[in-house]
Amino acid sequence: MKNFTMHGRRAAVYTGGKDFDPALPCLVFVHGALNDHSVWTLLARWFAHHGHAVLAPDLPGHGRSEGPPPGSVEAAADWVLALLDAAGVRQAAIAGHSMGSLIALEAAARAPERITRLVMIGSAYPMKVSPALLATARERPLAAIEMVTRFSTSTLAAKPSYPGPGMWLHGSTRALMRRTLQGGGGIDGCNLFEHDFRVCDAYAGGMEAAAKRLCPATLVVGRADQMTPPRATKELATALNASIVTLDAGHNLMAEQPEGVLAALRKACSAS
Amino acid sequence: MAGYSDPAFDTLALHAGAAPDPATGARAVPLHLSTSFVFQDSEHAASLFNMERSGHVYSRLSNPTNAVLEERVAALEGGVGAIAVASGQAALHLAIATLAAAGSHIVASSALYGGSQNLLAYTLPRFGIQTSFVSPLDVDAWREAIRPNTRLLFGETLGNPGLEVLDVPRLAAIAHEHGLPLLVDSTFTTPWLMKPLEHGADLVLHSATKFLCGHGTVIGGVLVDGGSFDWAAAHERFGRYPELAEPYGGFHGMVFSDESTVGAFLLRARREGLRDFGACMSPHTAWLILQGIETLPLRMARHVGNTRKLVQFLAAHPKVSRVGHPELESHPSHALAQALLPRGCGSVFSFELDGGRAQGRAFIEALQLFSHLANVGDCRSLVIHPASTTHSRMDDAALAAAGVGPGTIRLSVGLEDADDLIADLERAFKAAEKVA
Repeated sequence: MKNFTMHGRRAAVYTGGKDFDPALPCLVFVHGALNDHSVWTLLARWFAHHGHAVLAPDLPGHGRSEGPPPGSVEAAADWVLALLDAAGVRQAAIAGHSMGSLIALEAAARAPERITRLVMIGSAYPMKVSPALLATARERPLAAIEMVTRFSTSTLAAKPSYPGPGMWLHGSTRALMRRTLQGGGGIDGCNLFEHDFRVCDAYAGGMEAAAKRLCPATLVVGRADQMTPPRATKELATALNASIVTLDAGHNLMAEQPEGVLAALRKACSAS
Repeated sequence: MAGYSDPAFDTLALHAGAAPDPATGARAVPLHLSTSFVFQDSEHAASLFNMERSGHVYSRLSNPTNAVLEERVAALEGGVGAIAVASGQAALHLAIATLAAAGSHIVASSALYGGSQNLLAYTLPRFGIQTSFVSPLDVDAWREAIRPNTRLLFGETLGNPGLEVLDVPRLAAIAHEHGLPLLVDSTFTTPWLMKPLEHGADLVLHSATKFLCGHGTVIGGVLVDGGSFDWAAAHERFGRYPELAEPYGGFHGMVFSDESTVGAFLLRARREGLRDFGACMSPHTAWLILQGIETLPLRMARHVGNTRKLVQFLAAHPKVSRVGHPELESHPSHALAQALLPRGCGSVFSFELDGGRAQGRAFIEALQLFSHLANVGDCRSLVIHPASTTHSRMDDAALAAAGVGPGTIRLSVGLEDADDLIADLERAFKAAEKVA
């Protein structure tokens, strides 16, 4: 992990197992709610070892980055753009998963001249969270983690497992969310699960952002996604004039279909 | 999949990690007896070797059949993943070798399986790893035994030979207070009776040879990671576990805790431990253990049911001076067993036959259904007389120190009809009575 200092706080960033070289084409990976950089490591390693500079940050208050967590998608997008500044990167492609996909979209809108490709994985707009799930995340976050784990995984046998053979994806999905929840967003009394869900739920700038961004967009959709079902991307896909890649997966696309997501990203990054 | 949580235990025992084979439609788990797996092209090969992609390369490191077993045991234990290895001993060695080095220290229960005790007391000191043994019943002693160079706490869910119940929640709390993980050998209980990870343990191992396989056919071990221990935080705070939190020269400078927040231990154990020590499991073995696990819930219920009947019979028998089973109020772990093992305390236990070594031998030799051998957890009932076998070189005083009497008989209760087993024991009691 490479540590940057952003607004006086530590930002921990995975760089794909290689030293970060800002002279190379840059690809930024933005994780989703109650996750961290480790949902990206296979993809990040691949791109880092195939001619790219990779930034897969732990968002503030997540993983090893100091809090507080961003209070909105817009604030998170500003943080990502500030990370590019801190890393000495002028332009970058950006991929985001779930909440991270909204952050990527908003970043592409706020700095259309800097974002060269946009890949939204497991996305929806609006990304409304059901009142029942919000309430469970607030009152019984461990129970909400069970629900989201179940809703995010479409199979009991995702092969070849992520990040390697022998991993049980239901267990690793659950454990990562529990670990991130324990971190408490880096501030006392924070329920990071509810916080992240509210950030997703409150985001209202998606269509405006789609109109502002200039780069080509790709949506990667899980056919069996129960968190952000394919139908929830249609309006956004139209607004973005996006290429759509549909994979046999649930919401946990990078873990269930790492090869499919890699192929989609390679295509998106090579498209002119 | 409907519902708000994972499928139940019985469903996971049949389905976790496996789906109909996409190439052939085979419904049962295919047995992949292949040492190696073809690369799509040179780039694919390079990216597999560099962990940019997930997949199988060589069966010492991973194999599709083994992977099903690993995912299934992880699912049943509530872990993030697992590694199947050649034996339970190999699982213990892999866990220690991943976390410890010369100069490290372990705190372990004094009531361990003999093989584990040998490894810790005699073999690992040659490699610079010391162990302090403490009573599983004395929680304070565990805390007091921790040193600055301690790297691991280790115990068995049920101690050997007295079936002391490990106080997993309290020991896990002590371990975590000191920035240490708790490793638990859950061989005797299986996840059907206890899931140590749910009680705070960080790592679990099994001799899969026993109940997981359940048929006395193959030797194997499984090491499960709960994904709960924060290796990077322990390294930042105490400087421990550089194996997981600093660049590893043996694998492209990889920092395993960067690669996987919750799976760092398993990545290192596989990428180094399986690669270098090589104690991998044969896919054939994995396949047979999977067959066993499919019926684990059914078998464990029957094991426990039969055991309760035999414990009741023996506790009331005039020729038995003591039955050591935690479900009896006389057992020192009775209260803890009720809290941690509500479904039962397994099917391996000892009782004390009135008389000495000669009566013990006569008892064993008169049994017809119980097989006299050195194993447990078979579907068939097993028996051994420690004073004339595993502990035969000890005098009576040494036996007593080891918690074994001259008339101690250890049973592993199988799946036969309980009345037939009781009749077999009754026949043996009569034979022992005839010995002067």
